Amino acid sequence: MSNAIEIRGLNKEYPGFALSDIDLDLPRGSILGLVGENGAGKSTLIKLILKAVNRDSGTVRVLGADQDDPDFGTVKESVGVVLDEAYYPEVLTAKQLDKVMAGTYTHWDSRVFHQYLLRFQLPENKMFRDMSRGTKMKLALAVALSHDPKLLLLDEATSGLDPMIRDEMLDLFNEFTRDEDRTILISSHIVSDLEKICDYIAFLHKGKLLLCEEKDRLVEQYAVLKLGKQDLESLAPESVAGVRENKYGAEVLVYRDRIPSTFVTEHTSLEDIILFLAKGGAGE
Amino acid sequence: MDIFISNTSNHPIYQQIYEQLRNAILSGTMEEGELLPSIRTLAKDLRISVITTKRAYDELEKDGYIHTVAGKGCYVAPKNTEQVKAEHCRRIEEHLRAVLMLAPACGLTIEEIKIWIQQLQEEEQGCPTPSK
Repeated sequence: MSNAIEIRGLNKEYPGFALSDIDLDLPRGSILGLVGENGAGKSTLIKLILKAVNRDSGTVRVLGADQDDPDFGTVKESVGVVLDEAYYPEVLTAKQLDKVMAGTYTHWDSRVFHQYLLRFQLPENKMFRDMSRGTKMKLALAVALSHDPKLLLLDEATSGLDPMIRDEMLDLFNEFTRDEDRTILISSHIVSDLEKICDYIAFLHKGKLLLCEEKDRLVEQYAVLKLGKQDLESLAPESVAGVRENKYGAEVLVYRDRIPSTFVTEHTSLEDIILFLAKGGAGE
Repeated sequence: MDIFISNTSNHPIYQQIYEQLRNAILSGTMEEGELLPSIRTLAKDLRISVITTKRAYDELEKDGYIHTVAGKGCYVAPKNTEQVKAEHCRRIEEHLRAVLMLAPACGLTIEEIKIWIQQLQEEEQGCPTPSK
């Protein structure tokens, strides 16, 4: 399986913030969820992949093409992008947008676009500025999907939407990747959404990539135990990835295979794991 | 064929798929030579990760339940008596382990367990045994 995105030693420094030494591989045909707190560098990373901002050092390959290649611009035609806010000219309607995009993308498919308008129940003749946030996001997604993209980059594309629309979108992403040539990178605060659809989870924390792991392995690898203080002390330090103590006991994130089998572990959600890793200084 | 995935189960998802497909094959619900759904189709239909599904298929292939034809897909392999035997042995071992766990709690020695098993076998064969 070749990679849709390959990042090696990527660095970008801003005053007061640095994205440092990012290595990331995203195999074709899979969905990668990017999680991290506000300001962790998720949007910066996505912009760097798009070459919307210039990197300080490192290499980025998208769909097999290096960013330094002269034909990188044509690769971008195969990338569908939805950022956390949709920015289209305020007075444009979906119908007019169709014409604008037809002039923008060589592979623009008006028929597909209209199918999405129907599917998302988007109004054709409403001006962009009069649309609700949910409608705007759906429109942006319809645009991103209508020029036969091989890679979707979604930056907080589902945040601020209600659970029904979000679920509809997750279904759509799931369907999109039925074709093994299509890949998605999606960043979101809503870890439970990512848990539903992602193959891989990458965790950015303060500008560093703390982990990039197969989602199900992650969930298999860690477990949260609820323990008394004495039991906590009896745990070998190398089996503990994070601790949250209170007056009456402790919650511990442990490596499942490093604890004695007498401890009963429960299924642990991705959200629990991420929260523990983020708060516990990541235990790395 | 029905496949149920529990997200709250303590068993890894690949194992759940592995076991359900294996059981379907061993029980004959899926017949020899039957084409399995493609990895991607199954993953997307069940809304689970492609990699996880692939892992389950890899395990099934490793254990000889299915075989892959390049470019076509995965098929149920001919039932292998050795395999069925191995599966039974695995289950026997599981039970024996449980016996070993429980035995010390009632002060049973290995020798006593052996005798017990012999008695059970005689019972099965219809020979009257002295009551325990």
